[in-house]
Amino acid sequence: MEEREMRLMKGNEAIAEAAIRAGADAFYGYPITPQTEVMEYLMETDATARTGMAVLQAESEVSAINMVYGGASTGHRVMTSSSSPGISLMSEGISFIAGAELPCLLINVSRGGPGLGTIQPSQADYFQTVKGGGHGDYKLLTLAPSSVQELADFISLGFDLAFKYRNPTMILADGALGQMMEKIYLPEPRPRMTEYPDWATNGTPEGKERRFITSLNLLPQEHELVNIRLQKKYREMEKNEVRYEMIQCDDAEYVIVAFGIIARIAQKSIELARAKGHKIGLFRPITLYPFPYDQISELADNSRVKGLMSVELSAGQMIEDIRLGVEGRKPVGFFGRLGGMVPTPEEIENALYEYFNIK
Amino acid sequence: MEVNDIIKPENLVYQKSRLMAEKQFNFCPGCGHGVVVRTIAEVIEEMGIEHDVIGISPVGCSVFLYDFYKFDVVEAAHGRACAVATGIKRVQPDKYVFTYQGDGDLAAIGTGETMHACNRGENIVIVFINNGIYGMTGGQMAPTTLEGMKTTTCPRGRDVKTMGYPLNITPLLAQLDGVCYVTRHSVHTPANVRKLKKALRQAFENQRDKKGTSIVEVVSNCNSGWGLSPKAANDWMVENMFKKYPLGDMKVDGKLVMDMNAPR
Amino acid sequence: MAKIRGAVTVDNERCKGCELCVFTCDKQVLGMSTAVNSKGYHYAYMANPESCIGCTNCGIICPDGVISVYRVKVEE
Repeated sequence: MEEREMRLMKGNEAIAEAAIRAGADAFYGYPITPQTEVMEYLMETDATARTGMAVLQAESEVSAINMVYGGASTGHRVMTSSSSPGISLMSEGISFIAGAELPCLLINVSRGGPGLGTIQPSQADYFQTVKGGGHGDYKLLTLAPSSVQELADFISLGFDLAFKYRNPTMILADGALGQMMEKIYLPEPRPRMTEYPDWATNGTPEGKERRFITSLNLLPQEHELVNIRLQKKYREMEKNEVRYEMIQCDDAEYVIVAFGIIARIAQKSIELARAKGHKIGLFRPITLYPFPYDQISELADNSRVKGLMSVELSAGQMIEDIRLGVEGRKPVGFFGRLGGMVPTPEEIENALYEYFNIK
Repeated sequence: MEVNDIIKPENLVYQKSRLMAEKQFNFCPGCGHGVVVRTIAEVIEEMGIEHDVIGISPVGCSVFLYDFYKFDVVEAAHGRACAVATGIKRVQPDKYVFTYQGDGDLAAIGTGETMHACNRGENIVIVFINNGIYGMTGGQMAPTTLEGMKTTTCPRGRDVKTMGYPLNITPLLAQLDGVCYVTRHSVHTPANVRKLKKALRQAFENQRDKKGTSIVEVVSNCNSGWGLSPKAANDWMVENMFKKYPLGDMKVDGKLVMDMNAPR
Repeated sequence: MAKIRGAVTVDNERCKGCELCVFTCDKQVLGMSTAVNSKGYHYAYMANPESCIGCTNCGIICPDGVISVYRVKVEE
């Protein structure tokens, strides 16, 4: 029997409400469509009065991410949310946060790009988030919600994973999720932190050695060791934090691979296809990094599976990771819409038939 | 009396602050940075706030600031110190937070972050080292480089028509309501160092009393970048830098005390 | 009548030979050594120790904080 409070909420507002309930200590952000409601909700509901959390509108995303860096250095739960062009601006700061091994929560409510682009949803920040974005060898543990419920639930999960690994967690959402309204069960509130990690620079108590935070190291011998340590962390993430969902894959001959809002639409596509007697399944990565390569590989190995198709709101970014998992064993098709256009379930269904010549 | 009789622990009247770490400064011989870094440590020691202070180091000659102090320091990306300071102060309002920034960090890449932290009246101390040049990267033009001054990126002298004018930024910041204290000092004579120390103390007390942003600018030498000996660099600084960047208070306790009609 | 006598110590290894202390001293107490430290810098020393009054100006002006100052009142 569900005890939690149920509310009809817009994605962006759910992010904000979940942040307050997750015991966030600070939100530093900047308005950008389609996620501005996150900060508006925090201000409107007076998050500061509710839990004492700091909410501050910075003068730019560059400033916001550096405020996050500062807050994170004190071992507090600090977060920001933005959208594609804003995330680009934050790239330097994100690299610094990862390089300094600090925890924080980032949210990208993606919109169409490149450049100023459009305010409609897209998934074309996959490469930026999972493969690079900022400079250097670092990774963002990336969660891809495909419902407003997941968006809300991933907030406290995101913080916890960030502190577990001392690395930023990125929730890669999109404009559709941010703007749509769904009923959700609100996460149970938890208090803000009262004790902080040993490495945090929040003023050293008497008798304890002082701390400092930096990502700089001019000696390559030492900096290589820093990088090796980071890599070890990422191998741990790859071992322990893979998350995915498989829908009707047990008897599937063709598997659609999709995340975020596309996974929701694809579920309808599968319904339509199954009604026609086709055995189609959906593989939904929930972590984009670490990517579920093993599970994709298993599907490729499965003699019953004839092919996979990546469906994305982009020109094809996740498909490269699918191909890495498939290793050429099965054909991998692609269907995508660009520039903020979102496909209908029928479009995806027909694209599948067309690519694999299914009558 | 022999020298050895004088040099006894009970006769000690001056030594560097115990908050200075073992690491030797990477600053060039004679550089003003060293004096400012030490003076800040003295103020923090005397105020007894070493367990409640967090410094923010910039990118520039003082990038290794965190190696020199025995209290908490966070490295910031170039220009972002004031945003990092804000991020820290907003979750730790009872700690003393100060930034230490050069002219590139504060007045070029960091102009936006600096201006807005001041506009918000963040309860922090901003220490601004103005030596009219980018020292760490080898002596390029800074926003504060004087007209006609030669640097590696203006080898024939700063031409204001193509390169813009020397940016006298602290009087601009002084006009923001969120700023309570703006003062400009130097460290080329002991008397001036003592004045700087008083100013830094005032700045940290303003933070304690939540009066808003305090900016302590130090006009300093860069003997390497200017191509002069330390003594000659200080003399050149007095002759030239002080003309454009005169020493003294610009704003005290929230009130402008500088001559608003004087050329800047 | 009491007289003030001062003396300074210089951390020779950390001195960078900038000579600012030499110029700052009002009593011309300090000079630069002919020897060099392991970094190749000449370091400051008390060339004229009797004149030192322990005013601490050299200690204050030293960018590297290598000077410690001592002072004592001497009965004549």
